[in-house]
Amino acid sequence: MTQHVKLTLNGQPVEADIEPRLLLVHFIREVANLTGTHIGCDTTSCGACTVQINGVPSKSCTLFAVQVDGADIRTVEGLEQDGQLSPIQEGFFEEHGLQCGFCTPGMMMTAEAFLRDHPDPSEAEIRQAISGNLCRCTGYVNIVKSIQHAALRMREGQAAPQEAPVTAEAPR
Amino acid sequence: MSTTGTSTIGGMGHRVKRKEDPRFLRGKGNYVDDIKLPGMLYMDIVRSPYAHANITKIDASKALAIPGVLAVVTGKDLDAAGLAWMPTLMSDKQMVLPVDRVVYQAQEVAAVIATERYIAADAIAQVEVEYDPLPPVIDPFKAMEADAPLVRPDREQKTNHIWHWEAGDAAKTDEAFKQADVVVKQDLYIPRIHVASIETCGCVASFDRVAGKLTVYMTTQAPHAIRTVFSLVTGIPEHKIRIISPDIGGGFGGKVPVYPGYVVACVASLQTGHPVKWIEDRSENLQADSFARDYHISAELAANNDGTMKALRVKTLADHGAFDAAANPSKFPAGLFSVITGSYGLEAAHVAVDGVYTNKPSGGVAYRCSFRVTEAVHTIERMVDTLAQQLKMDPADVRMKNFIPPEAFPYKSATGWEYDSGNYPAALRKAMEKIDYAGLRKEQAEKRAKGELMGIGISTFTEIVGAGPSHTFDILGIKMFDSCEIRVHPTGSVIARIGVQSQGQGHETTFAQIVAEELGLPVENITVEHGDTDTAPYGLGTYASRSTPTAGAATAVAARKIRDKARKIAAHLLEANPDDLEWQDYKFQVKGTPGRSVGMKEIAFAAYTNFPSDVEAGLEAVDYYDPPNMTFPFGAYICVVDIDRGTGQVKIRRFVAVDDCGNIINPMIVDGQIHGGLTMGMAPALLEAITYDENGNMQQGTFMEYLLPTAMETPAWETDKTVTPSPHHPFGAKGVGESATVGAPPAIANAVVDALSHLGVTHVDIPFTPWKIYAILEEHGVAE
Repeated sequence: MTQHVKLTLNGQPVEADIEPRLLLVHFIREVANLTGTHIGCDTTSCGACTVQINGVPSKSCTLFAVQVDGADIRTVEGLEQDGQLSPIQEGFFEEHGLQCGFCTPGMMMTAEAFLRDHPDPSEAEIRQAISGNLCRCTGYVNIVKSIQHAALRMREGQAAPQEAPVTAEAPR
Repeated sequence: MSTTGTSTIGGMGHRVKRKEDPRFLRGKGNYVDDIKLPGMLYMDIVRSPYAHANITKIDASKALAIPGVLAVVTGKDLDAAGLAWMPTLMSDKQMVLPVDRVVYQAQEVAAVIATERYIAADAIAQVEVEYDPLPPVIDPFKAMEADAPLVRPDREQKTNHIWHWEAGDAAKTDEAFKQADVVVKQDLYIPRIHVASIETCGCVASFDRVAGKLTVYMTTQAPHAIRTVFSLVTGIPEHKIRIISPDIGGGFGGKVPVYPGYVVACVASLQTGHPVKWIEDRSENLQADSFARDYHISAELAANNDGTMKALRVKTLADHGAFDAAANPSKFPAGLFSVITGSYGLEAAHVAVDGVYTNKPSGGVAYRCSFRVTEAVHTIERMVDTLAQQLKMDPADVRMKNFIPPEAFPYKSATGWEYDSGNYPAALRKAMEKIDYAGLRKEQAEKRAKGELMGIGISTFTEIVGAGPSHTFDILGIKMFDSCEIRVHPTGSVIARIGVQSQGQGHETTFAQIVAEELGLPVENITVEHGDTDTAPYGLGTYASRSTPTAGAATAVAARKIRDKARKIAAHLLEANPDDLEWQDYKFQVKGTPGRSVGMKEIAFAAYTNFPSDVEAGLEAVDYYDPPNMTFPFGAYICVVDIDRGTGQVKIRRFVAVDDCGNIINPMIVDGQIHGGLTMGMAPALLEAITYDENGNMQQGTFMEYLLPTAMETPAWETDKTVTPSPHHPFGAKGVGESATVGAPPAIANAVVDALSHLGVTHVDIPFTPWKIYAILEEHGVAE
């Protein structure tokens, strides 16, 4: 018995006939062949499988793919745009926010969504935001710095159009 | 050692950004579970619900009837091929799959091979196993009693005692104790813990029947040693085995052992001719993979009334589980536990350890720790504080009084180690200044007067890493050297292959920096490869902080061999005598004539296009480095805790870590290693412990019970450094990956006991869970 699902994955339509019990993380990794999303615990504890579902960071190891039929899913592979690292990726690179790299995709998907709603967070807010994503290598110090770096870049990115001189004709 | 490398070279001492990151940041890492081969099958494992039982029957017929199930492998199948048991690193053997008996809960009993992951998972539930439960042996002290049930009746010795090991001088220690003014005694338990790397273990085994070659993509920290062991166990010629350790999602020691799943997957691929993938789930990983620690320690420290420490006597019972599958060098059943005299100049010491079997999975692998050093450091650092408390002295003063003085290095310890270099007072002074130790003591007195519980804890540890000199260290007879092979291409770019293997340490970056520094070629033009036994030179792997002390040294020496040859080519190009050249500013120049010089890029081109007649073409070298000694990194850590009287929660307010790992290749990466190490030091101090009920049921089988530190509990670590180079390492470096895991727990423990010491508390075993601390607060009438 299979069920048809159709969803958007990193802006591309994906559809497949799948078993209803297929976990979303296995759909992403093995049906769509995007292996950047990882599996670390099976119990929604570690966050290695975090993806954004309609913009909301969600742990894909405890969701069935059929539950997100029609949704807009974004994974780590969707962060880079036109060959440019996104601010969160740049932050992790510049601040040495990763070591083995296994938790990194989930960590970035959580952090990026958080920064969209919290453009200028405190360190305590950042730590709370990523408390559902476990990292065994870094001790979180540089992950916090990476997210702060990304926040700054994202604020600069948003501020730029406002600060740009108005060269078009004045509004009538 | 100079750290004068210019930024264009990116040599020693530079914060070079990591070469590994671009793939990881894009989700393009290549971990074992990402590997998909044509025709690949999936394996899942039937596990025992009992800690100790006879297997009376295995009926796989229902499982085999499920469409897509190709085979069910049992111990009897393996036994027919002589593979039901395999050797451990410690002269013991362990079951791959049991023939008639299970000896720990979650032990592998049978394996299902199916066309899909989910089908394999369905089928394991349909393999019917009948058990006849036996009384389990859980408490290691009871295991040593004469009437205890036998965990290992397969052995000649009909007891649960595995081995007795000792170090130091017992008579001299007894004599020093007799002459001491004061003796403090303390029992300590260092609980069983699990490394729990975020990536679990697994493999893809692929046997090519035409070529007769077995390729195994495997979560292993030691691919070369695994290849040799696989060849010896299976009889497959070693050149027909290729072990590939791809990107690894954290190791910490848990990926050193050979687990049964790897072996069964290989057998299944041999039998089916298909690639077979096996990936553990988290519960399997937590319940059945090897564990760390589990040392029951009884320590005595003798001293004079002025705080001068004289001698240490330690007895330990080591719970090794059902198989002695510890990951130690072969001659060291208790690892390097005898480094237990730490940073202090003792007259004498004696350490005895007894290993014991229980009905638990194997113990004795590392948890980001160089072979039992964490247990040693915890013991000595707690004992120093116990002594200070007894003598009503400041623990910093007792340490300063007893440190091995900087001028005493190289220093021979009471248990026989030769410490290479150290400056312990400098590190402690730096930590005390950074955290304002005097100010904190004042604040503590004020808080105490108000009834608040604040504690300050110090740990001034010495590590021992970089195994090791081949006269002392081997694994199954293979000496613990390590290696590097470097090839300089005609256009001046480089490939270096190393015998060690990264699980996040950033070797592709730091080893490129070593080559850059030694050859004067830019780091971006240097590729470092590792982890593939078909291409990399033989090495013993990455664990116990040995990569930089061993393979790092090999890399520098190989590069220097290249430089020696380059000198001849440079002389040819400069029309000078090789002896008249000097290596200066990353170039060969005619002595005293800076204008006449040639760099490595031009020399490399000449090595293929214009070399002198008495020199071979090409520019490459290999080095197998046998270190003359271990390296002894050290540090001074100070921790400040506040204890909540209403909840018993221990909160780390500040933690200053001053580390000394000699000369640093990449400060950014060293900082990251220390941050991570501190967090894995805090974890067993505050959160992590594996326990069993009386039936041998493991009680922390998921991340909902086994609590890893999150960003919330983890403080903002404050790091600093002193630099005391290793005198025997080619560029003065020492290992650093585990220093912080080793040094942090006693700093936290000493802080917690310090917070409670005025109540009469003299010791609390880790972990300091809120419920444990709250019970102590209640007992002393200070709970809120």
